[in-house]
This record gives sequence, C-alpha cells and structure tokens, in this order.
Amino acid sequence: MNFFRQCLILMSSILISLLTFVGISNADGHKGFKLGVVTFLSGPAAEPFGVPAWNGGKLFIKLLNEGKVPAPYNKKGFGGMKITAIPIDESGGATKQVQEFRNLVQRDKVDAVLGYVSSGDCMAIPSVADELKALTVLYDCGTPRVFEDASYKYVFRTAAHAAMDNIAIAKYLIEKGHDISSIAGINQNYAWGKDSWKDFSVSVKKLSPSSEIKNELFPKIFSGQYGTEISALMNSKAKVVHSSLWGGDLQSFILQAKPRGLFKRTQVVFSAGDHVMPGLGNKYPEGVILGARGQYGMMAPDTALNKWFYKSYMDEYGVFPAQPPYRMVQGLMGLKMAIEKAMEKNGGKKPNKDEIAAAFKGLEFDSPGGLVQMKLGDGHQAIQPHAIGTTAKDKDGNITVTDIVRYKASCVNPPNGIKAVDWINAGFPGADC
Amino acid sequence: MVDEILTIVLDGAIYASWLFIVALGLTFVFGVLKILNIAHGGIYALGAYSTATLVPIFYSLGMPEQLVILAMLISALAVAIVITPIMERGILRRFYGQDEVLIVLVTYAIYLVLEDVQKLIWGMNSLYVSEPRELLGALEFGSLYYVGYDLALIGLAIFCGLFLWFVLNKTQSGKIVLAVIHNPEISGCMGVNINKVYLAAFFIGAFLAALAGSFTAPLISVQVGISVAVVIESFAVVIIGGLGSIPGAVIGALIIGMARAACVHKLPEAEIFIMYFCMAGMLIFKPKGLFQGAQARKI
Repeated sequence: MNFFRQCLILMSSILISLLTFVGISNADGHKGFKLGVVTFLSGPAAEPFGVPAWNGGKLFIKLLNEGKVPAPYNKKGFGGMKITAIPIDESGGATKQVQEFRNLVQRDKVDAVLGYVSSGDCMAIPSVADELKALTVLYDCGTPRVFEDASYKYVFRTAAHAAMDNIAIAKYLIEKGHDISSIAGINQNYAWGKDSWKDFSVSVKKLSPSSEIKNELFPKIFSGQYGTEISALMNSKAKVVHSSLWGGDLQSFILQAKPRGLFKRTQVVFSAGDHVMPGLGNKYPEGVILGARGQYGMMAPDTALNKWFYKSYMDEYGVFPAQPPYRMVQGLMGLKMAIEKAMEKNGGKKPNKDEIAAAFKGLEFDSPGGLVQMKLGDGHQAIQPHAIGTTAKDKDGNITVTDIVRYKASCVNPPNGIKAVDWINAGFPGADC
Repeated sequence: MVDEILTIVLDGAIYASWLFIVALGLTFVFGVLKILNIAHGGIYALGAYSTATLVPIFYSLGMPEQLVILAMLISALAVAIVITPIMERGILRRFYGQDEVLIVLVTYAIYLVLEDVQKLIWGMNSLYVSEPRELLGALEFGSLYYVGYDLALIGLAIFCGLFLWFVLNKTQSGKIVLAVIHNPEISGCMGVNINKVYLAAFFIGAFLAALAGSFTAPLISVQVGISVAVVIESFAVVIIGGLGSIPGAVIGALIIGMARAACVHKLPEAEIFIMYFCMAGMLIFKPKGLFQGAQARKI
C-alpha cells in the first residue's frame, strides 16, 4: 500500500513538473505580441468613444495580422509577430482600472497596454506602469497634465493633448472674424472640462484682451439635464459659447438646446464635437464651429493612408469613422513603428520593453490624421496637425463640415518643456503657423 | 432682475417636476412595502428605452402625431406590466420582513441585472426620440424660449401627485393601502389581501418610474448608464422630504430643483454641491426628513 502511495506521489510530481515545464516553454517561446487594449465597452462613454475606437482597433489589428495595411505598415502584425489583443472594459473608475492594469501586466503577461479615454484614468495609470515597468500607450485622453506634471519611462501618449483643440478654436474664431467680445462656457466638472475651458478662455483673452467672460458652467459629468444651464447661457448673452462636452452629455445638450434657439442666437463651439455626428445625423445643428481632436473624420487630410482607412472602416461598419477609431489606430501605428524600429536595432529579435521604449522616444510616424511627432514630455507626448471647421448642410440636406482651416502641429502645440497654459499666457512664443 | 427670477423659478420648476415624477414612485414603494428600491433607476431606464423603441414604430404606422403621448404611456405601462410580477412576485416577496440592508442589496443586484438587460436588448448604441418634444412648440418667457413639452412636464408632475393623493385618500382601495401602510398585520387580520396590495403598490411605483423614463426620453440620448444620476437624485429628494411621504417628495423635489436653478444662474461653482448640501443639512438636523412624522411604537 505504501509502495503504491509512493509511486502515485512520484508520478504526480513528474506530471506536475512536466506540465510546468511545458507552460514555461510556451511562455518563453511565445512568438506573437500580447496587447492589452483598455477602452470603454460599457457605460455612457462606450457608445460614443469606446466601442467605435475598439471597432477601429479590432479592424486594424485584423488587417495588420493579414498584412493588408498599406506602407509603411505593410509588414504583418508587429514586425512579423501576430498581435493578440485582450480587450478590457475601462468603466468603473481609476481604482478599478489600476487593478485591471496590474492584472493585464502580472497575470496575463501582456507585452504592452494600449488604452484609456478618461483623463482620470490617464492620471492614475502611468505611475503604476513605471512601477511595473510595463510599456503603456495612452491613445485618447486629453488632459495636458500627464506629462506636464511628471515624467515616465515606459508611458507614451500617441495623440495630442487637449490644449491644441482649444488654442486652434480660439485662432479659428479670430481668423474667421467672429465676434469674441464676450464668451461663456459649459464644460464637465472634472480634469478634461476644467482644462479645456482654461485653455480656451486664456487663449481668447490672449488673442483678444478686451474679451469678457460672461459665464462659466461646470455641470457634473453624465448629468443629462441641461435646461437650466441653457437658460443661463442664453441669459448671459455671450457672443460665443464654448463646450468640451462629449458623448451622451453632448448629445443631450444638443437635443435640448436646439429647439430653444441657442445655436441661432449665439456662436457655439464644440472642441470635440465630431464624434456624435454619426449618431445624431441631421439633428446636429448648422453653423457650429467644431474640432475633432485632430484631423479626423470629415476633417481628415486627403492622403492615401487616410483614404484607405476611411474606406476600410466605412466598408466594415457602414458609418464614417469619427475621432475615436482614428486615435486608437494612431496608437497602434505608433506602437508598431516603435517595435519595428527596435527590431531593426537588435537584429530582428522580439524587442524587450526597454528597447521599445527607447525606440518610441521622439518617434515620428504617419497616420491617417497626418504626421505624428513624439515631441513633448521629453519625447513621450505626441503633437499633430489640427483642423477646425463649421457645420453646414450639403446639397442633399445632410450635415457636413465646411470652411475647414488646418493648423500645423507647431502652431497650436507648445514647445517641449513648457506647460500649455504658460505658453498660452506668454502669447504663444515660437508658434510656427 | 424680474426676468432672471422668473427664469430661475421656471427652470427650477421644470427640473423639480422631472425629479418629482421619478421620486414619487420610489417614495410610494417605500411607504407601502418598506423597500428602498435601487432598481427604480433601472425601471426608469427601461421606460426610456421602450419609448425610444415604440415611438418610431408609432410614427412608421402613420398614426396622428398628437397621439404620440399615448404611445409613451403605453410603453411605460408595458414596462410596469412586465417588470412587476418578475420583481415583486418573483424576487422581492421572498425578502419581506428581512433585514433592510439585505433588501437594498437585492434591489441593487436587480438594478445591475436591468443594466445588462438594456445592453442585451438594445445594445450599446444611443437611441433618439426627440420628435414628441416638438409637439407643443416653443413659448417665449422674457428673453428666453422654452419648449412647450418641458413646461408640460410641470402639468404631468402635478397630475401624478394629485392623482396618487386622490386615490390614496378618497377611494376605498386607497384607504386599504393606507391601512396596510399603517399596520400590515392588523390589516391582514381584518381580511385585507396584503400580497395584492403589495403587488398593486409596486406596480404603481414601477409605472411612475417607467413614466418618468418615457417622458425624459425625448430630452436625452437614451443610452446605457442614464439611470445612475436618477437613482442618486431621487434618493436625495426622498431623504429631504422623508421616506414614504408624498408631500415630502413634492417639497424635496422643489427644494433641489429651485436650489439647483438658483446656483446655475447666480453661483455656478456651487451647483455640483448644492444637492448634497441640502441632503447633508437634512440628515444633520432632521434625519428622518421634513415630512416623516412621529411614529407610534408597537408594544
């Protein structure tokens, strides 16, 4: 009996050792690239941001793995490595996201994480990313504070921060001869809304010092009811009303303000107003000045790369891509370029995170939205060209964007080492427009 | 100045009306069943979704657009008819008499399930149904335009409040409900079918939640997550007014609506805080709310 028991223990030990060995061998021998993708897949930010972004990302990863993306992205996967994406829902707040991030890095052993729409999450993740030495690409969030208040080794943001959106809108208003003698704002009460309003109002005051701030409203995020705010904005009689509202909040604001005549009575500007156009269609008001947080969607440049992406997305989903899918694809393109640049240096082996981080720093790459340059935050924060336009109806009665003005990246982004608000306050020194 | 005061009163009244319709069902269900129903927000969202689904069908059938209100009422009624037996008969009645915290957790679980049900049925895309809002045109007040539909919400809130008050105080069925509120055991001994009263009370509460959702749908983009703010704000109303009190819900909604409107117009930086300020003040000085009277202790 004792003999049998010893045999059983011995065989079990051998089996466990073998299984462990096979597991380790598989882990070491993983030829692909595991990518954690974090974006809103539920909650109010999912429909306008997370889902279209992931739709774009999913499609792009599929085409990359099949080698069907045009040059310079025509090599399969990331440098020949097949990309396996693990999508994670961003909803639940920063504390939950930090835990999800740890799970991705420590449990799922991803090679990199690409994600984050929420500015709050983008403020929380980078310090954990550096602590875990996990390569992280922030693809969407807007607050300028990520790399202005700190620096990180393994964290990169492949899209410009929100200062660009608001500086460009202020310049557009001046260039187009709009009356900016008085301004008012309605922005959500958190980092994104507060930073957006500050950048816009300071830019306007700098460009037109006599301009007067009539009203500053900061309703809570996902408030949904704006009747009182609309009355206050109309009562203020400001010539320009600025808003960085997004998603369901922006949709609700438009639906509630349009029948009350806000868009006819005052010049409304939406710093990130394009992404609700596919959903609202002709309910979107005419004459609104809007940005798309880059040259995206209806304001994208007429390049071969953009034509390819626009058509691929339209063919797959039957709707035009607004800013979210562009920005996720931009993040994937940046990561691909950094990985392939690192592989060129190490003789074609799968690069480690230090090699990729070194290659990512200061990288420049083409995207459907134009040239992306990792110039700020000591080579970790992107700048990119921007476009602002005005909504109008085309000859078929469909809402479109016209009167588009394009801005060079160096015209609407601060130089490296200067905080955006300081640069605006100083009168945009060194701006190359 | 007069214009501004008029605007504040009107904005406050519109917001308070919406809050009241949402909170009325919540406070009524608590009054009768002694259940703090967090799933109330989920039923509100179902009301909004069902209206956003039914109204386009109504238009596609070529029905006269004035009757769209009927379609909205039907959608709210349909939600209440479906949800009441499942929630009250299927789940909640198993927990009557149990610890209040447990029941709150149960209703929270139902709320989460309802969120997923919305995703399952309607997906992640927003739905828009703004057409009913154009039905009553716009009216000019001072220098501002108000949409007739928004003003009609005030009438709807007054009607709902008065109707419920009338049913409770002037009809035999209402008096039976009041008897159950006062003492379910003795009411039962007197031959009242308590289970039926609970079912009817929950149905009314669910209908009011769905009705609020139905009439809010034309104002917003209907999407997953719209119920979160509703749950918090309607709780604030019933805490201020007193749990289970209909006059309390009126006063609570008016206090929050007016205070919020005054802040947005005169002190915007305090707007986000004012609702919690009112609620915290009430919890400190009158923890049972404005209209929670003295309760007799059973021996």
